[in-house]
Amino acid sequence: MPTVAPLDLQGHCIAAVFLDDVPHFALADGTIHRLDHGHKTAQANDGLLAAFHDAANDRLITGGEDGKIFSVTAGGNAAELASAGKKWITSVAAGPQGAVAYASGKIAFVRFADGKIKEFLHPRSVEGLAFSPKGMRFGVARYNGATLHFPAANGKPVELEWAGAHTGITFSPDGAFLVTTMQENALHGWKLADGKHMRMSGYPGKVKSLSWAPKGKWLASSGAPAAIVWPFSGKDGPMGKAPLELGTRGNAMVTSVACHPSQDVVAVGYDDGMVMAVRFADAKEVLLRRPGKGAITSMMWDKQERRVAFGSAAGDCGVIDISA
Amino acid sequence: MSDAQTTQIPVTVLTGYLGAGKTTLLNRILSENHGKRYAVIVNEFGEIGIDNELIVESDEEIYEMNNGCVCCTVRGDLIRVVEGLMRRPGRFDAIVIETTGLADPVPVAQTFFMDDDVRSKTRLDAVVALVDAKHLPLRLKDSREAEDQIAFADVVVLNKTDLVTPEELSKVEATIRAINPAARIHRTTRAGLALSEVLDRGAFDLSRALENDPHFLEARDDHDHHDHDGHDHDGHHHHDGHDHHDHAHPSDIHDVTVQSVSLRGGEMDPKKFFPWIEKITQMEGPNILRLKGIIALKGDDERYVIQGVHMIIEGDHQRAWKDGEKHESRLVFIGRELDAERLKKSFDACQAA
Repeated sequence: MPTVAPLDLQGHCIAAVFLDDVPHFALADGTIHRLDHGHKTAQANDGLLAAFHDAANDRLITGGEDGKIFSVTAGGNAAELASAGKKWITSVAAGPQGAVAYASGKIAFVRFADGKIKEFLHPRSVEGLAFSPKGMRFGVARYNGATLHFPAANGKPVELEWAGAHTGITFSPDGAFLVTTMQENALHGWKLADGKHMRMSGYPGKVKSLSWAPKGKWLASSGAPAAIVWPFSGKDGPMGKAPLELGTRGNAMVTSVACHPSQDVVAVGYDDGMVMAVRFADAKEVLLRRPGKGAITSMMWDKQERRVAFGSAAGDCGVIDISA
Repeated sequence: MSDAQTTQIPVTVLTGYLGAGKTTLLNRILSENHGKRYAVIVNEFGEIGIDNELIVESDEEIYEMNNGCVCCTVRGDLIRVVEGLMRRPGRFDAIVIETTGLADPVPVAQTFFMDDDVRSKTRLDAVVALVDAKHLPLRLKDSREAEDQIAFADVVVLNKTDLVTPEELSKVEATIRAINPAARIHRTTRAGLALSEVLDRGAFDLSRALENDPHFLEARDDHDHHDHDGHDHDGHHHHDGHDHHDHAHPSDIHDVTVQSVSLRGGEMDPKKFFPWIEKITQMEGPNILRLKGIIALKGDDERYVIQGVHMIIEGDHQRAWKDGEKHESRLVFIGRELDAERLKKSFDACQAA
């Protein structure tokens, strides 16, 4: 039976992550809480809007209302990496070689590990940011498509066009596919080798959470009463194939998904705070947490594949131990 | 009222040209002691001389929805900012959005109807247009935005009235009334009006919208020297017997391209009225900026109120008809290229036998 160690906080949880195997919870007010032999607190941004878990460096990158970028490492050590002025930081991402990207209005910034910062001005707002896992390349989600930049070189960016407002962005772990979330209830994808389009629609709600399964064979998504899991093992991605629908519930929407680090299993969080684990092969479900106070906003598995940290919009966060 | 409604944060939209007095009004909202806290979304920091962590700068991002409807636009930047603000809801009681001088108010308003996340947490309270009494005639000559802002407003603050003569002022007011017969107009200097006249109006709240304006479409025929369909250049006099028009036209009325069509009738047959209003808004949606109405439905003890923005319409029962109150239907369309004659005929045809 899974057991839950609850951590009841005040406020909207933006990110629930493990740093050095210690669960950390970043709230919208910029406080970073951790369960490290008791409940401890540190402060990052004055108003936190965006967070990205940088697995390679075991840190959380945050951006906020104060226009600042912080790097938060285990133990709640928050170090300011950059400041972009008075405007809100709306998106952050971490990439290879310690590079960090962040967005403010129409500008995407890249900060390299040596502290050097490069700006990329766009005609429209930068809505989402993600680094490619391979090479020094990052993508920007924008109105009517996505833009790929090569910040280490001075080459021209690559423009990928698709009508509509693209709000979030992710590369597949092998770098072969780029997928965006949209203002309308859909995902859009590009196969980067040939620019082929992939339309993934039919969601009743906006997609706000995406998670790649091990080796990028599947992409799990929120935005429906089930986790919608698209197959990406074929060379053309999910085209012509139906997605899996896992953990279907009649009266709740999926708000957060987190794929297991090594197995074809996804943790599914719902708008009523429930969390389930569902296996791809047979859609078998295990209840991990009963409904709580708020929608699940963020989840992460630990390296031992034993625990799931989760955060909610109402602040009722915690850690699920599935081995108990 | 449901819980969702009671916890929705009200949002006021301020429109108006540069120099019309938006900043003056905003500074008053931010600094006066009214016991409420406001988060303010502006296009540029700067003019507001108040340091406040709840002033958020945002780049206007108009997003067309991918549904084939040209008038379905939202403000992507507002979706993001409102979502961010609402993650820490304890900090403020209401939101004010200041738009740029040339901004189209329609995408701003539609954001609060079309985006599910925004809609679940906030409600559009009112669109307030600030108008410079001296410069409005010029603005109307050189732009369409000034006219759109007035046409779309629930409240018009006719500001800087000290800079014009009484004759000029009544002409300007008549022009505003011609563009938008349904708006409340306040004459001010230095944006000096009670803040309760612009904040927490409930103009989009169907149960309150028309309570605030008990004389909706009725009291203006007799006290003023202009009528509200006089700008209809086509010569269609579609009104209901109050056709005392034309000779007192505001002289610069020819710069007005927005028209309003005010319809009045008796009790409506719901089986005819609802399909009709659906069809009209589907077909004429791009031409309709706003519509508002009170409908008397045959066999219904309650007044039905209806309002719309382009193709979006909402309707609900408002309150019981009072004893002795005339069961009358009133509906106003504000827009462009509206076929008044056809609207009137088809509206009349919806009346219960």
